[in-house]
Amino acid sequence: MATAEEHKNNGIGKDVAIYVCLLALAGLQFVIAYQHIDASQMFSRMLAVAFVEAVLAAMFFMHLWSEKRGFLLFVAIFSIFVLLTLQYGWTDSFRMVSGAPFSK
Amino acid sequence: MSQADLTMEAQTTDLTIGPAFSFPTKKLAIWLFIIADTMTFAACLVAYGFLRNGTPDWPRPFHSITNVALMTFILLSSSLTMLIGLRSAKAGDKAGAFRWTMITAALGIVFALLHVREWLALINEGMTLFKNPWGTGLFGASFFSITGLHLTHVTCGVIALLVVGVRYQGGRYNADDIEILGLYWHFVDLVWMFVVPLVYLLNLAH
Repeated sequence: MATAEEHKNNGIGKDVAIYVCLLALAGLQFVIAYQHIDASQMFSRMLAVAFVEAVLAAMFFMHLWSEKRGFLLFVAIFSIFVLLTLQYGWTDSFRMVSGAPFSK
Repeated sequence: MSQADLTMEAQTTDLTIGPAFSFPTKKLAIWLFIIADTMTFAACLVAYGFLRNGTPDWPRPFHSITNVALMTFILLSSSLTMLIGLRSAKAGDKAGAFRWTMITAALGIVFALLHVREWLALINEGMTLFKNPWGTGLFGASFFSITGLHLTHVTCGVIALLVVGVRYQGGRYNADDIEILGLYWHFVDLVWMFVVPLVYLLNLAH
């Protein structure tokens, strides 16, 4: 049977692996920032990487993965629903740039 | 009493007495706070994205990624030290838990100092809440709002780390309190993962 110290050290190994993944993903965002691509592509790539980072941090650093499934679903569904409803105004920001026809 | 009344009473008792998700109350409270705070930051970042997308002369004032890269490294590392502190606390290693919690607080302080240094550099270049030398004045308001909100969270987190760490050492708090504080600290880290690309990296001066 593993002692408390052994159990602690095993857990730290997984934490360090997730930490290294997060560092690598953060580094990837900096690499994307220096790519010669248009702003919308850069935005979507960076956001995708940030989303993966957030999932890793929430699941393993915040231990959401080892919580009860009901709670995980509650957090995920509630958060994603509200985050999606926040996106309703983007079309208006494009109208502000392109102007026609409503802003004239 | 009718059968219907008995059934209703049984259902009411189930709804009011049973613990939500069989969770400790403090942990549920911090998760509800985190969900609410997620919405606050999300609303700020969406509003920022809206303004940035709809403003042609959006400034790109950042010439170097060194400072923000260092800040990111420090904050990510502080999440790891927080986790080690929690594992030490759960394993009953009180001295180790205290030491790692204090290291996390120290990293938080370094992060905050780097943040303030960056703010001062931008202010010295002429950036205020309402104007800057590079383009629309909206940039200053949104930049200081978002990074200021995050910096406030870091500052509160550092204070909480110091208080909880000392009280844990004194025997007034236990490993569960370290875990709850850890959840908050990881959330602050998680938010930074979105602030960096949206506020800094998309505004690099190429």
